[in-house]
Amino acid sequence: MARVARSRETLAAKRRTTPIRVLIAKPGLDGHDRGAKVVARALRDAGMEVIYAGLRQTPEEIVRAAVEEDVDLVGLSILSGAHMALFPKVLRLLKKESHPSIQVFAGGIIPDEDARRLKRMGVRAIFGPGASLEEIVRTAEKLARPSA
Amino acid sequence: MTRPAPLPPAARAIVRGDARALARAISAVENGDSSADPILRAIYPRTGKVPVVGLAGPLGVGKSSLVSALVGYLRGQGRSVGVVAVDPSSPFSGGSVLGDRIRLERAPGDERVFFRSMASRGAVGGVAAATREAARLLDAAGFDVVLVETVGSGQVDLAIRQIASTRVVVLVPHLGDEVQTLKAGLFEIADVFCVNKSDLPGAEIAQRDLAELVALGAGHDGWRPPIVATSTVTPSGIDRLWAAVEAHQRFLDSSGVRRTAERLRLKEEIVGRVRDELAAELADRLDRDPELRELLDRVVARTLDPRSAAERLLRSLRGP
Ligand SMILES: Nc1nc2c(ncn2[C@@H]2O[C@H](COP(=O)(O)OP(=O)(O)OP(=O)(O)O)[C@@H](O)[C@H]2O)c(=O)[nH]1
Ligand SMILES: [Mg+2]
Repeated sequence: MARVARSRETLAAKRRTTPIRVLIAKPGLDGHDRGAKVVARALRDAGMEVIYAGLRQTPEEIVRAAVEEDVDLVGLSILSGAHMALFPKVLRLLKKESHPSIQVFAGGIIPDEDARRLKRMGVRAIFGPGASLEEIVRTAEKLARPSA
Repeated sequence: MTRPAPLPPAARAIVRGDARALARAISAVENGDSSADPILRAIYPRTGKVPVVGLAGPLGVGKSSLVSALVGYLRGQGRSVGVVAVDPSSPFSGGSVLGDRIRLERAPGDERVFFRSMASRGAVGGVAAATREAARLLDAAGFDVVLVETVGSGQVDLAIRQIASTRVVVLVPHLGDEVQTLKAGLFEIADVFCVNKSDLPGAEIAQRDLAELVALGAGHDGWRPPIVATSTVTPSGIDRLWAAVEAHQRFLDSSGVRRTAERLRLKEEIVGRVRDELAAELADRLDRDPELRELLDRVVARTLDPRSAAERLLRSLRGP
């Protein structure tokens, strides 16, 4: 009996696999993407499909990529200090493309005061250099599938 | 003239060039979501008119760089381009890092390029089906050229056979597993060979070796695949690569091979679908249907052999 149930479940599960899709992008001009790559791999190991968009993306490019790739989440990584210039623009463009369902999270070196303002603008989570990968993965899962 | 049936709203949005509708339909296809079915049905009559060009080859030979270079070249000629790039999923977590997009360069605000990354998600037949349908959606969306990048060797690459009308096999000088790649079946499917990274030493030798192999019997239907040297670094040869693709496309038309090849691909597609569905259903029934379970029990107990059991199943499928 147990076997019957298991086989039915696998069949159904096969039809139902919809992994969380995440775009990881690095706006701004700094050329360090170690951190972004480590996060990308951690999300992959948690079963997500991570689209790695690479360095020096403009907000327009990031939003276009998010649309084309039909992602649930956009993760922005930045070290150059240009976050207050770039993140709000990404949020605004995402809203303009009427993508209310795409959630944005961020990582990098972002002062507390800026972090508070960005959160008010709609960045759902911000991770400093000390954040653990488990914490990032868990938050990403919750943001993408709030009901799960 | 019969008027085409009115399109469902999502299909209409795709045909109109709505990137979001297109992206969502591709997701539905990937997820096996039945919301894709009416869209695919509705757009099908509008597809099949643009070249679908596949780029296949081993890891890291420069497929994505070539895709980006081709996108730039084609945009320079005023043509729009849709791209699907397939990367393998991790067999451990089922997740993946899809990095083909990194190489894409396009003018700011250029919406006549659409790039979609896809993970293979395990099943090889599945990739082929989802990729084919994504390519059709791009075709219906009005892109002038559709490019499909697949990674690795063997079966995933062979999926390109079922999708692309011109298959470019990308190799590089001094690639240890070049011969392996060719053995894995890419040699037979190549319509164009591309020796990329020709800025590196050894490119001429690689070209000559490849030419000898080709002379020994690559190609099919009376087409001998040309060998084009490219570099995306210098860059060079991109125009010649596209010229080779177009020459093959012209050959398909002038020889009549397009029609026979297309017919064969569509036949394989239909048979493949039926096979996949039937196999899944049968496997399920062998576990659930008491009578069929008994059949399996007897095979396990070695009182019936698998071949006879299969024949019995087939007979029951065919009906009285
Ligand atoms: N020297 C040289 N390097 C190249 C050339 N084209 C690509 N590369 C480099 O080769 C590496 C792989 O390039 P990609 O375009 O990502 O190759 P790919 O075949 O798409 O790789 P996968 O999708 O991972 O299989 C990168 O470091 C490129 O910079 C070329 O023409 N010459
Ligand atoms: Mg690639």
